[in-house]
Amino acid sequence: MSQTAAAARYVGQSVKRLEDPRLVTGHGRYVDDIVLPGMLHAAFGRSDLARATITRLDTSAAEALDGVHAVYTGADLNSYNDSLRASLHPPESPAPPANMLADGDVRFVGDPYVMVVAQSRYIAEDALDLVEVEFEPLDPVVDYETAAESDHHVHPELGGNLAHDLPVPNPATDEAFANAAYTITETWHQHRQTNVPMETRGIVASWQPHAGVMEVWASTQSPHELQLVGARVLGIGEHKMVVHFGDVGGGFGQKMFLGREDMAVLVVAKLLGSPVKWIEDRRENLLASNHARIEQMTVKMAVGEDGSFLAADLDQLEDDGAYPLGGPATPGAMATMLYPGPYRMGPVSWRARTVYTNTCGRGAYRGPWQMESVAREQMIDRVAREIGMDPLELRRRNVLTPDDLPYQVSTGLLYETTISPKQTLEQAAEMIGYDEFRAEQAQAREEGRYLGLGMALYIEPTSMGMGPLGTESAMLRVEVDGHVNVFMGTGSHGQSLETTMAQLVADELGVRPEDVTLHQGHGSGYGFGTGGSRSAVIAGSAARAAASGVREKVVAIAAHLMEASADDLEVGDGVISVKGTPAASMTMAQVAATAYQNSDALPPGTEAGLEHTARYKAPPTTHSNACHICTCELDPGTGKITLLRYVVSEDCGVLINPMVVDGQIAGGVVQGIGGVLYEHAVYDASGNPLASTFLDYLVPTAAEVPELECGHVVVPSDTPGGHKGTGEGGAIGAPPAVFNAVADALAPFGAYPNRQPLDPNAVLSLIASASDE
Amino acid sequence: MADQIPLSMTVNGQTRRGLGEARLTLADFLREQAHCTGVHLGCEHGVCGSCTVLMDGEAVRSCLLFAVQADGAGITTVEGLAPDDETLHPVQEAFRDCHGLQCGFCTPGFVVSVAAFLEANPDPSDEEIRHGISGNLCRCTGYQGIVAATRQAAAVMKGSGQS
Ligand code: FES
Ligand code: FES
Repeated sequence: MSQTAAAARYVGQSVKRLEDPRLVTGHGRYVDDIVLPGMLHAAFGRSDLARATITRLDTSAAEALDGVHAVYTGADLNSYNDSLRASLHPPESPAPPANMLADGDVRFVGDPYVMVVAQSRYIAEDALDLVEVEFEPLDPVVDYETAAESDHHVHPELGGNLAHDLPVPNPATDEAFANAAYTITETWHQHRQTNVPMETRGIVASWQPHAGVMEVWASTQSPHELQLVGARVLGIGEHKMVVHFGDVGGGFGQKMFLGREDMAVLVVAKLLGSPVKWIEDRRENLLASNHARIEQMTVKMAVGEDGSFLAADLDQLEDDGAYPLGGPATPGAMATMLYPGPYRMGPVSWRARTVYTNTCGRGAYRGPWQMESVAREQMIDRVAREIGMDPLELRRRNVLTPDDLPYQVSTGLLYETTISPKQTLEQAAEMIGYDEFRAEQAQAREEGRYLGLGMALYIEPTSMGMGPLGTESAMLRVEVDGHVNVFMGTGSHGQSLETTMAQLVADELGVRPEDVTLHQGHGSGYGFGTGGSRSAVIAGSAARAAASGVREKVVAIAAHLMEASADDLEVGDGVISVKGTPAASMTMAQVAATAYQNSDALPPGTEAGLEHTARYKAPPTTHSNACHICTCELDPGTGKITLLRYVVSEDCGVLINPMVVDGQIAGGVVQGIGGVLYEHAVYDASGNPLASTFLDYLVPTAAEVPELECGHVVVPSDTPGGHKGTGEGGAIGAPPAVFNAVADALAPFGAYPNRQPLDPNAVLSLIASASDE
Repeated sequence: MADQIPLSMTVNGQTRRGLGEARLTLADFLREQAHCTGVHLGCEHGVCGSCTVLMDGEAVRSCLLFAVQADGAGITTVEGLAPDDETLHPVQEAFRDCHGLQCGFCTPGFVVSVAAFLEANPDPSDEEIRHGISGNLCRCTGYQGIVAATRQAAAVMKGSGQS
């Protein structure tokens, strides 16, 4: 911060969002709102079989339908296939064949094999009905637990279904297990879920021949990934790829990378020379965008007599589906590495495997590797139960305290001194009234009522500063009238960046938030976009640095014009004044007008104009942490779980806008609640998806969620604003907290749940099978 | 191509005429011919509530109706609630005050649904609020801000005699 920086006026305030007036009145501009002259509409024909050879494909009747402009099959588009790699995916690593449309065979239900472009979406879908296709069904690989051994191969080109196998043995664990008072083992399962942004995916592409420009509007979290990969797919330079960024109706990881359909639309728009729009429908979104969380981790823990954690051995297996979105993922390796979490865990050995199956591809979903917290926190409750210790007490004995910091984790992570797991654990326990609840629970059990409490404590690696993720830029310009435009590589899709970035700029530059407009997409400098809990720290630091650069110049110019010393000036709300003498002042507009239109009046040697570009490189990781505790009541007659209270104590460092932080937490928590209790993107044994509408895929409603209580511990990070990422955390802590609460309520029956979803049927059968034993 | 049927309805107080096939949904008519792009499509099968509009004062899902079924009706979309370009409807104001939206995609449907709900039930309990808005899906907010906004709007509208 420059020495003349104003005290925080806006950072830390729940400033009302600048986005909202247009959004609450229906004047947002989402991709489906884009209408261009001559625009055509695309629709995809998708496989109804999980694995099959295409024996006949005849598109002539579809092509002959009035209003149809073109029909494409895999053979038409596959020459573009070499270039489909996402930028996070190293070119040398193995990957399924990248194709936009299936060619010769289909590999999951929803696999697109034909694309119609027509005057309207209605006609395009009519034409799909006229496509004549015959399949020879093949045995699908559906069960990921046995996929690696299957003789049937999802991608015959790869010669097997094992995508990754990363064993990381650690001989130091042997001794720990040999000396342990307790060795406890369990396999924890998560089940198939999907992101479900309320706005599905979509793209409009418009090619300008001779200019050689591709102009794109898209529902994306990362306009620069679209610019970079899209240009590569099209064989044009990035300077000819214009990506407009409008309002985006959620993503949660799904819109970070280009889908096969997005690329097909880009290519086809160029081939046809007419603008083409594709808006995914909900069925496509549920079946063919991306799925997530299909994984299991077998955990063996060595525990001492006093409950101390001595070692862990982990075996993680996850399902990548057929075409993982963004390339074959390795969250399993991250999940195992992060397993120690906020505890002294001792040595850890692990293995992480990923397999292909004939199902929808895996993709990032809010906290893509949260299996580490799911497995660990559920395991800790299990350990507590096995050794007869209260789960809060067990955590207290093992949690990292401020005295332990900085802390080198055996798996290679380094925790900075600015984490606070112990503090959040205690704050959450106090908020829920831990001891009182345990008394109430005991009382209730006597009355035949079953209450449960679950907690989850975690550390989240946010704002990762490696590779393409490492930096963000901000180009800030004070316009002639003193208002501010800032261009950034982010992709806000609900995170409120138009407001929070404006708050940062407002404080650093000395204007009001409403004087600042954030522009994303075209015209901004490269950045990875918004995801991975990275915008506050990485983009925010860039915004701050850009504003600070301009501020220095503003002060220098004003000092010269006012014949004052720069050290005596302060800037706030667009006014530069002499400290203690507010009457001696000038406005940002006056300084700006001088900088652009009367540059001869500037201090000697000062460059004309009032703009500055800054790029911020993040440290490898900025860790945030939180503790979730929730309570529930179980109805043993119906198996219904009712959540009673839900508290979160979190430390995301300095809060830019507390209202926004609480909102991010709440959204993630409710996704976690939905995941454990309701949502399931289930397939049958033949690979048929059974949840293709919102009647089967049960997103929680307001009636299912309790009021959330948020507490904040603020230990500033070492990054410029002291912030830490917070976008994903809710969805990391909630699943194990809710799971543990249900397991606790089930404990009197002698049931030991180890998989989700914990819907009423699952709960009833847990009760029934426990009482059989 | 199938026959085009003339359509006429009052949308946000103005007469809108158009043409459409019998299968044209009310949502598509409103979005494409009446330029009310605040009508959002989150599922097109009647569950998410993003496409909610008022038809002759009653909240309906415009994805489940054909435009011909609304021929002659009075439609209010989210664009028709605010009294002017500078002022928000109390429900809209409350959504802003209470952070009842993040990405904003579900918001038009919620705002219209809440306005209709408070019209019918001006003094709801929390339980009634949660039940009353449970026909709309939001994936961003966890409903915390939406419940609070509904509470605030109820208090404001009651105070000003708007409902
Ligand atoms: S779009 Fe009409 S209810 Fe979902
Ligand atoms: S605000 Fe994004 S779906 Fe509700």
